[in-house]
Amino acid sequence: MRIHEFQAKHLLARYGLTAPEGSVAITAREAGEIAQRLGGPVVVKAQIHAGGRARAGGIRRAETAAAAQAAAGERFGKTLVTAQTGPAGQVVRRVLVERALPTRRELHLALLVDSTSGEVMLIGSERGGADIEEQAARGELHIRELRLGTGNEARVQDVAEFVATLGLEGTLHQQGCALVDGLRRAFVELDASLIEINPLAITEDGRLVALDAKMTLDDNALFRHPELAALRDEDDTSAAELQAQRHQLNYVQLDGDIGMVANGAGLGLATLDMVVAAKGRPANFMDIRTTAKSLDIAHGFGLLLDNPATRAILINVHGGGMQACDTIAEGLGIALRRTGRSLPLVVRLAGNNADFGRSRLQNFGCAVIDCPDMWTAATKAVALAQRGA
Amino acid sequence: MAVFLNRETRVLCQGMTGWAGTYHVARMMEYGTQVVGGVTPGKGGRSHLNLPVYERVAEARRETGANASIVFVPPANAAAAMIEAIEAEMPLVVTVTERVPTLDMVRVRAALKGGRTTLVGANSQGILVPGVGKLGVMATGSERPGGVGIISRSASLTSEVVAQVTAAGLGQSTTIGVGGDPIHGIGMRECLEFLLDDADTEGVVLIGEIGGTEEEEVAEYLAGTPASKPVVALIVGREAPLERRMGHAGALTLRGKGDAAGKIKALEAAGVRVAASAHLVGETIRQALAERG
Repeated sequence: MRIHEFQAKHLLARYGLTAPEGSVAITAREAGEIAQRLGGPVVVKAQIHAGGRARAGGIRRAETAAAAQAAAGERFGKTLVTAQTGPAGQVVRRVLVERALPTRRELHLALLVDSTSGEVMLIGSERGGADIEEQAARGELHIRELRLGTGNEARVQDVAEFVATLGLEGTLHQQGCALVDGLRRAFVELDASLIEINPLAITEDGRLVALDAKMTLDDNALFRHPELAALRDEDDTSAAELQAQRHQLNYVQLDGDIGMVANGAGLGLATLDMVVAAKGRPANFMDIRTTAKSLDIAHGFGLLLDNPATRAILINVHGGGMQACDTIAEGLGIALRRTGRSLPLVVRLAGNNADFGRSRLQNFGCAVIDCPDMWTAATKAVALAQRGA
Repeated sequence: MAVFLNRETRVLCQGMTGWAGTYHVARMMEYGTQVVGGVTPGKGGRSHLNLPVYERVAEARRETGANASIVFVPPANAAAAMIEAIEAEMPLVVTVTERVPTLDMVRVRAALKGGRTTLVGANSQGILVPGVGKLGVMATGSERPGGVGIISRSASLTSEVVAQVTAAGLGQSTTIGVGGDPIHGIGMRECLEFLLDDADTEGVVLIGEIGGTEEEEVAEYLAGTPASKPVVALIVGREAPLERRMGHAGALTLRGKGDAAGKIKALEAAGVRVAASAHLVGETIRQALAERG
């Protein structure tokens, strides 16, 4: 679960992170008032769940309160498209107004879980800022790494050496060590998947201040952090994706015309690839989790039938030990009885209870195009979608 | 002898008295797997599926001589169950449980260090040795004994590939699901080493997907140590929008790595034959084995 910059800064303040003084506004007037109260130049920052905001004009400096109000006014309700939002972008509903601080240098600092070592890892570099990915791609950035094991404790000496490699000395070095220790505790205690401070600035007056903070929390650990679950902002998640989550489905809206369902993420990705290879355009990605019941699955098919762009539906199921074909067939049958829409249904059922699944579809009176293998099914669905175009 | 599982394997089930444990242990026993007992704290001393239930893994291991464990314990307690099995020096642990918190798996990985346990999973469909036994939740019926070893991150794709391999006139030596989560026990590279060393395995199919770096690690290994047997790979997710997460937590692309094109390029450079599409895996391994003679 991604949380917003202002939420991350607020959470991490408890662990010793310093951010510029500021506050969140939901109207332009409020943004102006915050700027007025802060006095002097401010930064107005769009709060969306994606990076790349500076490049896309989502972060503006304003010299006066009136300019801050105007900058916020131009942002509210508008869609911001950055390199990380995808082409649809995200609507700006909040801005963070912060005091603009004169800085001497910007660094990068992050904590994540390294899948190779299976350990919590601290990474950092002497330079930070908006173009850090490009710098890294060009090999101009020296990224330092320090493995922290389970993150429950860190060797003081290792952290001190790591912080020194970021070019921090004297009192800045002390601040850096304290910050790393605080972020490490936050990472473990809050079950984070990512904490990224970029840029972490050295201010003119010699303080380490987080100009930005990104944080992702582990969805699978939210059961032990009910207070963090309340930070979820679903504004940027489509209604269809939210409904899918509630019904044990993974659903991602795409922009094509072939509604697609598979059991399991791997088979779903394979189906997506085959549809594109057959020169078709998927309308969505949907995978049925092993925990989904037939009524959940019916909701999933409902999402595909409700998408006006869908011209054909492709169902690729290889029944396993946890999710058999008949359950999925039943879900389809229920969804078809609920809808008034009639679309070509291309079905490929194999594996556990495939024959039972086919007979369930017959019993429901579903007119389906039954295919023996998944490539035949993919090409058939593509042909039917094109005919319907 | 197949990898990890043979007729002498004596299996303990942690979380056997729950719905999933009950159902799948019954299926495993039907398949011929030797299940010798279960562990459910609070239910020790009872009998379930005509098997003894114990309070603790160490006690169960002592009493039954179990040398493998399968874990169905729900996510909140799954890590504790795995760590208990590791502390009881269980040689093999397979965890089926989905949605285990990532930092819990980090703690499990730390517990594995220096120990005697091989962990498969979490979020794994398990291990299948056709005709011998299954330590997992996969459906059976399409498999048959043979020489193709399969390593996978996805349960449903494994079933598909097993069926394709059988349809191509071949069979499987061992199928292993390493699990769909970013942090798990045994990785693809280690599984590959086991299968390349296994006398029953003539060729290997690797089923990978976008996200993570395991396929790249396999490529790096094979670049240094060329495989003695044909290795075929399928990488799915070529057409997935990179910024979106699709089902598997492991498919989260971070630090600029993990796209399908990069994995395919690395594997091909290391001598792996990459199947052009998911429906061609059976045919690709058949050809690779036929060319080898």
